[in-house]
Amino acid sequence: MDDPLIIAGREFRSRLITGTGGAANLSVLERALVASGTELTTVAMRRVDAQGQTGVLELLRRLGIEVLPNTAGCRTSAEAVLTAQLAREALETNWVKLEVVHDEETLLPDPIELLDAAERLVRDGFVVLPYTNDDPVLALKLQDIGCATVMPLGSPIGTGLGIRNPHNIELITSRASVPVVLDAGIGTASDAALAMELGCSAVLLATAVTRAQDPERMGAAMRCAVEGGRLARLAGRIPQRFWAQASSPGL
Amino acid sequence: MKAQVNGASRDLAEGTSVAAVVTLVGAPEKGVAVALDGAVVPRALWDKTIVPDGGVVEVLTAVQGG
Repeated sequence: MDDPLIIAGREFRSRLITGTGGAANLSVLERALVASGTELTTVAMRRVDAQGQTGVLELLRRLGIEVLPNTAGCRTSAEAVLTAQLAREALETNWVKLEVVHDEETLLPDPIELLDAAERLVRDGFVVLPYTNDDPVLALKLQDIGCATVMPLGSPIGTGLGIRNPHNIELITSRASVPVVLDAGIGTASDAALAMELGCSAVLLATAVTRAQDPERMGAAMRCAVEGGRLARLAGRIPQRFWAQASSPGL
Repeated sequence: MKAQVNGASRDLAEGTSVAAVVTLVGAPEKGVAVALDGAVVPRALWDKTIVPDGGVVEVLTAVQGG
């Protein structure tokens, strides 16, 4: 069944966007990425240190996976804009996963700085994929200023708490015209499937796979979960009922 | 003269270019970007751009993350 994910005019067959953080080493990461079937994967921008490159770019290039730089670690709009511009220069892509977090304890997006950075980056010609709160109003505002997606969190980054407010996610997916990507908080396959059942167009996750006991197997599980959840969404679930309804004919 | 390179104070010769600083920190060939005093220096201008006394240089590359 041909059902591509389309972001800013670019087609992806996989609806799973992965991160590269948290993997024990590049060989574990490679097996997990291949198993996940992802075609778009995030990297972070950091100072060159004495050890030199990490090899993650070469790995993604070899696997034919598109690189999506993020602005992880940025706390202000100005920092995020500069980081995005540096990523564009270094990686020759105008796509950016925009993250502007408020504090280290929650890593929750700072909505005011986020919206400001998104506006500036859209004006500067970026394809902006913002990591946002599960706030239906903010999501609409990000869409209206020209973001290519909106990416609400299920729960804080790295917590594995799943989707804490499914109704908010459904409110967002019911009104957005750009793809909604559930980003952050996924703990296991059922969380990813639920995101898709709630109408998300894709799921972005890292920790749930890279820090799983068997990252390769969890990568495969997430691929299946996203595909299953998407199919279920398209198929249309049955309404929930209070009383039982026999599925066999009466005697 | 002194400049801040990736957060550390470095003694640089007068007239040191951004390209020379990139080499100095051992940056890889590809996937690198430079900011000088908070603004991106495009790769094509690395040779011509001279780091001023007290300049702040950031040399970044992509790492695992997100």
